[in-house]
Amino acid sequence: MTEDRPLDGDTLFYVYTVIEASATDALPDMPPPLGGGGLRLVSAGRHAAVVEAVDALHFEEEPLRGHLEDLEWLSAVARAHHGVVAAVGGATTTVPMRLATVCRGEEGVRRLLAGADERIAEALVRLAGAQEWGVKLYAGQPPEPPGGGTVGGGPAAGAGGGRDYLRRRLKDRDVREASRTRAARTARDLHRELSRHAAAAVLHPPQDRRLSRAEGLHVLNAAYLVPAAGREAFLDAVPPPDALDAGLRLEVTGPWVPYSFTAGADEEAGAAL
Amino acid sequence: MTGDDGGIALVDLLDRLLAGGVVLAGDLTLRIADVDLVRIDLKALVSSVDDAVPSPWKQVEP
Repeated sequence: MTEDRPLDGDTLFYVYTVIEASATDALPDMPPPLGGGGLRLVSAGRHAAVVEAVDALHFEEEPLRGHLEDLEWLSAVARAHHGVVAAVGGATTTVPMRLATVCRGEEGVRRLLAGADERIAEALVRLAGAQEWGVKLYAGQPPEPPGGGTVGGGPAAGAGGGRDYLRRRLKDRDVREASRTRAARTARDLHRELSRHAAAAVLHPPQDRRLSRAEGLHVLNAAYLVPAAGREAFLDAVPPPDALDAGLRLEVTGPWVPYSFTAGADEEAGAAL
Repeated sequence: MTGDDGGIALVDLLDRLLAGGVVLAGDLTLRIADVDLVRIDLKALVSSVDDAVPSPWKQVEP
């Protein structure tokens, strides 16, 4: 596949992730993840990028821009990207690139590596031996008030129904607000506690429900950078389901290659709660 | 718990791939807007902006 493809300066390279130039063993042996020329290393100085020559028909700026709005395509590329990053990350410390990092020619890849040399070196040291864990907290809807609640109980329901209806609506609202406040407080406390067991923490925005298909209000979407030695202590600090208030639901994902922690403290400082 | 298999939720992956990862020489702006499709605003493809890293793209920034 690679052999009959001209690898001239115009070839587009999808850049997955970066490793130390000496860690050549970490290059995964897998079929071309993006249907291109397969994985290879392009190195510049002390670092090497795991790249794949890809089809300009799809990865040139304009088609790529269009493709990225196509959830199916985005999903396929995201999974391909992650497959490579996870495989490389299982073998050595790696600094993943953001999705859809595309360079023109090996020269482009080398320029990219050279331009970020210090940042990559810093990240490789900081992320060595550490993994990322995701923790998400959802607050469900408060239980229906006794007596059937408000569903179908419009203002016309029975004598004096209007006032009762209004009262019920106000009470429902109070219950919802109290529940939200409690959920927010739990999220804050949990984040503080978990951060204590992590080398760093990042808050991602709440997830779009149409994508997550999750029930309830997403009140915490956090990522924690956890050194290998602290893994057990961190996971022990995650409360078991029965320790949470009714209506709250916790989800843990990971371990991940530390995607959320590639930026140093001096760049893009993670949000603090 | 899902680490590196296909069972990972796309949404968790996108949190990381669209917000995390090294952005080299440029502000690649990707966001999920509140429309029915994932809409991504690629302001500039990575490595095409910073003067220190010459653009791999031939065309000029829009």
